[in-house]
Amino acid sequence: MSDATNNTLLQEGASENTAGTVNSEAIISLRNISISFDGENVLQNLNLDIANGSFVTLLGPSGCGKTTTLRIIGGFVDPDNGDVLFNGQRINDLPPHKRQLNTVFQRYALFPHMNVYDNIAFGMKIQKKSAAEIREKVTEMLRLVSLEGFEKRNVNTLSGGQQQRVAIARALANDPKVLLLDEPLGALDLKLRKDMQVELKQIQSKLGITFVYVTHDQEEALSMSDVIVVMNHGVIQQIGSPTDIYNEPENGFVADFIGESNIVDGIMHADRDVSFCGARMECVDTGFAPDEQVDVVVRPEDVVVVPLDQASFSGTVLSTTFKGVHYEMIVEIPDQDEDWLIQSTVAQPVGEVVGMTVAPENIHIMKKYTGDYASDIDFEEFPEAAE
Amino acid sequence: MRGGAELKKGTRKLMSPYAVWALLFTVVPLAMVVYFAFTTAQGSFTFDNITEIGTYAKTYGVSIWLGLLATIICLLLGYPLAYIISKFKGMSQRTLVMLIMLPQWMNFLLRTYAWMTILEGNGLLNTLLGKIGLGPYEMINTRGAIILGMVYNFLPFMVLPIYSALSKMDHRITEAAQDLGANSFNVFRRITLPLSLPGIISGITMVFVPAVSSFVISQLLGGGKEMLIGDIIEMFFVGNVPDYNVGSALSLVLMILMVVCMTVMNHFDNSEETGGLTV
Amino acid sequence: MKKVFDRIYVALILLFMYVPIFVMIVFSFNDSKSRSVWQGFSLRWYEALFNDQSIMDSLWLSVLVAVLSAAFSTVLGTLAAIGLRAFTKRTQQFVMTVNNIPMVNPEIVTGIAMMLMFVVIFRSTGLLQPGFATLLIAHITFCTPYVMLSVLPKLRQMNPHLYEAAQDLGCPPVKAFFKVVLPEIMPGIITGALMAFTLSLDDFVISYFTSGSSAQTLPLVIYSMTKKRINPKVNALSSIMFIAVLVLLVIINLREMREEAKNKGVKAKG
Repeated sequence: MSDATNNTLLQEGASENTAGTVNSEAIISLRNISISFDGENVLQNLNLDIANGSFVTLLGPSGCGKTTTLRIIGGFVDPDNGDVLFNGQRINDLPPHKRQLNTVFQRYALFPHMNVYDNIAFGMKIQKKSAAEIREKVTEMLRLVSLEGFEKRNVNTLSGGQQQRVAIARALANDPKVLLLDEPLGALDLKLRKDMQVELKQIQSKLGITFVYVTHDQEEALSMSDVIVVMNHGVIQQIGSPTDIYNEPENGFVADFIGESNIVDGIMHADRDVSFCGARMECVDTGFAPDEQVDVVVRPEDVVVVPLDQASFSGTVLSTTFKGVHYEMIVEIPDQDEDWLIQSTVAQPVGEVVGMTVAPENIHIMKKYTGDYASDIDFEEFPEAAE
Repeated sequence: MRGGAELKKGTRKLMSPYAVWALLFTVVPLAMVVYFAFTTAQGSFTFDNITEIGTYAKTYGVSIWLGLLATIICLLLGYPLAYIISKFKGMSQRTLVMLIMLPQWMNFLLRTYAWMTILEGNGLLNTLLGKIGLGPYEMINTRGAIILGMVYNFLPFMVLPIYSALSKMDHRITEAAQDLGANSFNVFRRITLPLSLPGIISGITMVFVPAVSSFVISQLLGGGKEMLIGDIIEMFFVGNVPDYNVGSALSLVLMILMVVCMTVMNHFDNSEETGGLTV
Repeated sequence: MKKVFDRIYVALILLFMYVPIFVMIVFSFNDSKSRSVWQGFSLRWYEALFNDQSIMDSLWLSVLVAVLSAAFSTVLGTLAAIGLRAFTKRTQQFVMTVNNIPMVNPEIVTGIAMMLMFVVIFRSTGLLQPGFATLLIAHITFCTPYVMLSVLPKLRQMNPHLYEAAQDLGCPPVKAFFKVVLPEIMPGIITGALMAFTLSLDDFVISYFTSGSSAQTLPLVIYSMTKKRINPKVNALSSIMFIAVLVLLVIINLREMREEAKNKGVKAKG
């Protein structure tokens, strides 16, 4: 838990301030946001500050409340409780069309009765800008999303990727301070998605505006974001940079959701001294009670296959799958409920008993988490979210 | 491959009974209307029937005028209704749609008859008005009564297609417009209205065609004082002095008028929707 | 505030639509011929209605014609819809244009056109004297397009490989059709049949021109009754029909809703 406080710097900055006197860095702040639909809590006391100019991703499984959070920022959903602040001003009562932010909607929501030009020009026409100004801006936007010459095209005949670009151009044409993106790449195929990820990131750094991005794809989140907000069941699980989130997951849910992990029971005897899988090992974590029950998280790529006499623990290989850059093996370790997933560049035959060890810095110790990993996060275990 | 082709041939045969039926009972009768319109009672070719239509120009005019008024009233009443219903949630939306449809399931003669009861000289409305010292008013046997009957009978034909166009609309599209700065008036004018246009078009045709060609409503509520084109056609086919030739000519012109009106409407619809296609 | 206005508006329209029906129902129990003055409760108009042989006969005829024309047009329309899919796009478009004629043409034109043809046939051959047969033919003709239109979308939605998969698994073509295709498009067929039945039952205009005097369906009898102006039996008949339709629709809707709820439950579990 040693790094937990670092991960929530943003969070704590927020919690020290009361609404009204706000961190000048934050362009958007959510204060104690709660909302329920049909008696089901969708968001519970959510607090979040989004720094100006950053690329923030709300990441979580479906139903975790990430899209609702985005829609609250956009003004399409009224929270039951709490404040939405934009540059320190409360904007709860501001209707969507008066908010200085724009949204790229799920499945694009292009206006089917308008061509590409009119879609992009829509916001500017509403603002009654001059025709020349509109024309210039639309051309600029089309260049930005590499769709020069598409002005007169019918949006219904465009490919998914092209529609996506029009949606982005349309939202950016209004010069928003913040761009909200609701699973914008969800409908695209893998290759296109990868290309668009790079492009979106480029657009963001070029324009220097804040992007708030919603996705359930952890890889997408890791590769694009400055800050990732991991959510589950309407509660923020962790806020941090991609490296923090990946290397120092704050709890079992995050570890399980971000990348693949082996999560096993362990006992923390003292600082930097843990035992799991029948082995007593050195680690880098401190601050637990003597002999506290903990969760131990080890990434598959951090398990090192070693000769049996140097091994910390051993197990039998159940299956070996070639994955391109490495082999992925499932190993059964005696007296363990769950089999381990390990990655190695050397294949081990099925049935072979292999020795394994893990470097101290790759052993991640977390407070014991009793719930189901994909659900029922206990509220009080995450005081930063409850504030 | 051959098996596939033969299968196709076999499947095609299933069309033939209906193809024959439609030819015999849809196409041939229409051909007969054309034939009768251009021949005399003795069967020789003539334009007389068509020229005689001039005599009924005023009737066409009145029919179209009343049909137009009824259609406009239906649109003005029906659009807001459809719009409001589409905003209701699940259960209540469903119930409202059902309530709008329910009277349609009663024969329109009975529905029209109900209005006779209310509008008559010594009918319910005049009796009630009399109790507060008003009237009696001449309500039945007026153009107003005919239009009322048309609106009453055909209003659901306007509401349902518009409702279905509105309820099919992705809510994200209106949200996108709001997001881009459009207030409710602009969202309606630039997004909702154009996207519900197909519903409006089909609503207009579904009201206008039966309204213009109706003959019972004008007889029951107009008291036969106001002859509509439907009444004249009826008279020529089942009246005391039938004349199939003139009747056919009148029907042919009515049919052509309706086709022209529908084509115009559809063109209006298409040109809006595919505007983006023309480079 | 806006919500209140919306509700008032909907309520006013519904009032406009239901007041006449309500008035009719109330006066069907009136113990006098008057349609404006209430003179006490009575069932005499219902009694008169059920004792009116011509009304009962016409009701029977209407149901018979509706059942027959629904059955015929369902078979005709379903077969045609299946066959149509094997033709080229252009032929399909042409067939659909012809199919649409009875639906978009003014009813009165469809009515007189068929009447003309029946008259011509009768005068030249002595066959098809206006009556039950012509009525039935006319009803089948205007019902079939609706059956086609409700079956076609179901065929379009159907996975085209289903039929091939059944044959691939050893099912002969005709059996494959009954085992696989028919169940898939059944909802469309049922909708089409119900539509045909109600359209036929409700039709006045086309029947008016094609039935002759021997085959008087219920709407035709109603028409002659309304011409007499004061006829409280019509009120009684309207009330019965309204209640019947109301009960039917409520049952259908409740069933649909229950089914939806069931489907939702399955989805949630899955």
